[in-house]
Amino acid sequence: MERTEFLKKISSTIFASLLLPALLNNDSGAKAQNHSEVSLPEMPKLPEPTEDEDVLIRMMRDLQRALKKPLEARKWSMVIDLRKCVGCHACTIACAAENKLPDGVIYRPVIEEEIGTYPNVSRRFIPRPCMQCEKPPCVNACPVNATWMRKDGIVEIDYQQCIGCRYCITACPYGSRVFDSGHSYVADAPRKEEAYLSGEGASVYEKTPAFEYGKETPRKEGKSPIGNVRKCHFCLHRIEKGLLPQCVVSCIGRATYFGDANDPDSLIAELISKPNIMVLKEEMGTKPKVYYLM
Amino acid sequence: MNTQNNKIEKLFWTITLVAFAIGLVGVYDRIFYGHIHANYGSYIPWGLWVAAYIYMIGLSAGAFVMSSLVYVFGVSEFKKIGKLSLLVALATLVGALVTIWMDLGHMGRAWRLMLRTNFTSVMGWMVWLYSFYFILLLTELWLAMRSDMLKLRDEASLRGKISRFLLFGDKEDSPEKQEKSMRLLKILGTIGIPLAIAFHGSVGAIFGVVGARPHWHSGLTPIIFLVGAFLSGGALLTFISAIWGPGRGTQEHRNMIVKLGRILLALLAVDVLLEYAEITVGIWQAVPEEAESLKLMLFGTYWWVFWIVHLGLGVVLPAVLLLTRSKSVGAVATAGLLIAVTFISVRLNIVLPGLAVPELEGLVHAYTGPGLTFNYFPSLSEWLLFIWSVSLAALLFLLGKRYLPILDE
Repeated sequence: MERTEFLKKISSTIFASLLLPALLNNDSGAKAQNHSEVSLPEMPKLPEPTEDEDVLIRMMRDLQRALKKPLEARKWSMVIDLRKCVGCHACTIACAAENKLPDGVIYRPVIEEEIGTYPNVSRRFIPRPCMQCEKPPCVNACPVNATWMRKDGIVEIDYQQCIGCRYCITACPYGSRVFDSGHSYVADAPRKEEAYLSGEGASVYEKTPAFEYGKETPRKEGKSPIGNVRKCHFCLHRIEKGLLPQCVVSCIGRATYFGDANDPDSLIAELISKPNIMVLKEEMGTKPKVYYLM
Repeated sequence: MNTQNNKIEKLFWTITLVAFAIGLVGVYDRIFYGHIHANYGSYIPWGLWVAAYIYMIGLSAGAFVMSSLVYVFGVSEFKKIGKLSLLVALATLVGALVTIWMDLGHMGRAWRLMLRTNFTSVMGWMVWLYSFYFILLLTELWLAMRSDMLKLRDEASLRGKISRFLLFGDKEDSPEKQEKSMRLLKILGTIGIPLAIAFHGSVGAIFGVVGARPHWHSGLTPIIFLVGAFLSGGALLTFISAIWGPGRGTQEHRNMIVKLGRILLALLAVDVLLEYAEITVGIWQAVPEEAESLKLMLFGTYWWVFWIVHLGLGVVLPAVLLLTRSKSVGAVATAGLLIAVTFISVRLNIVLPGLAVPELEGLVHAYTGPGLTFNYFPSLSEWLLFIWSVSLAALLFLLGKRYLPILDE
């Protein structure tokens, strides 16, 4: 590949996923002034399709196509290529940063496995988001209808409705649901103003509002989502604005794919049809929408 | 006898009040710091408080079923402890509900369990069932005490005042009215039996339906919950009746305790049989995860909870007492106390080994943080709140016994 072409490709990816929204946002300054509104543009502009474009661009194109369909016609799915995953944990951290996850709350840990004995030994890395099951056992467990499967297949939690009984956590066969006990990464950090990573500076991360489920929620003591059960939601707030989930964008090996499985032209549908596709704990009958390529 | 009993009474009041006062620290911690100081979290979402809840709610269901022997089946030997068993059922129910309320992430949203119920959730059903049970229990207790309260209403003492208040203006008593009360009691008690079975069965079913936890996922789970409830509740009632039951020292009282001891022995045998079935079938490795849970329970870090606390102090010792000294009130009472107190170990061994086996191998090392662990031992705050809620139930019982005509014949 030509160097310039390569750079163009990289930069277009970055622009599309990160910079472009910000730039577009500056243009519509009047809109951004309304602080309560989620400051994202309606849809990122994508470059003309080329034959060897980055999969991220292809998936964004797929995503925008899916968004034009009615909600119930979409089937958001994820494919994780275990052969490509290098176990860098970037998705875990990008997810935590995106959703401002506090200490003890994690949506997408990467499980590490060692297979075989020396000299025939290898390692396998299994990122584990919420499986967004088609038959989610957690939904039936909830005593107060605080969690349900949306028409596009994402299992949503209403933080304002959840009473924090944690029954759904026991019902999930994947350990994907976690309890927000109210911990904080910086609670014990020194509070001296001049210290670089302390004082106001250190707590900015935890005070910045998260945009989960499209709602602006700054973290406040005793308020939801503290005391709630939380989990991965495929970055619903990003998808609905035409952006890929943060774990997909941050994957350095392009091992995580996302899209509408109902769209036969999409990359995700292409991958799901491979013979080496599998799901975790198929015997549970939960029908996960997160697939793994072996 | 009387001075000795006064001593026992004083001892129980002292223990209860001290425990209540110490436990208040746990309540303070829960109210002002939420769940930060709790050791349960994401991978072990339920801990000591949930175990305490199913423990006390089992005691309640068991004591209630004993009361139905009197009010439904008219077993005359137990007539004098009818009110006592209703009071025990009420006190333990309140203790259980307070514990599980504190366990919620958002205590202020508890009402949604009633008004926004999801009836595909067993927990949704459970809430409605024990709300009915609560109302039924209060009504039954009131009806059972009614004629005694009418006798007390003219007294100037605190008991008289409480009776006057609780009668809500009910003044007259007549044989017809008494008969009407008893008839109503019989009807309520009859409704109460299936209700108690349904509500405690549903507590068991909460665990039984969870396919993700093979240790819980069994049709036997709700049945074991029920038998365990009858056993532990019956055992507590036996102990209480032996210490405080009306007519202590009489032959009649002795006969009653001996008979209660026999019932206990039978219940203990059935409970052990079910437990044996559950453990032996489960450990066969047909479902590796279930075998893992059982191995944790039998040979894990907390092996002694099963072998020493449950099997030794809760099964073998009481069984020996009930078999060899079945005619001794003291021995039967001790057996009852042992079974009732150690039964918390059975409840812990249902909740925790079921959760302590990772759903996915290696998950625990994937990311660490508070609550992201499969090792669980209750924190100090958890113990304190547990002590408080148990002593709250004990205090309600002692207060009820002192100020309500529970022991009046």
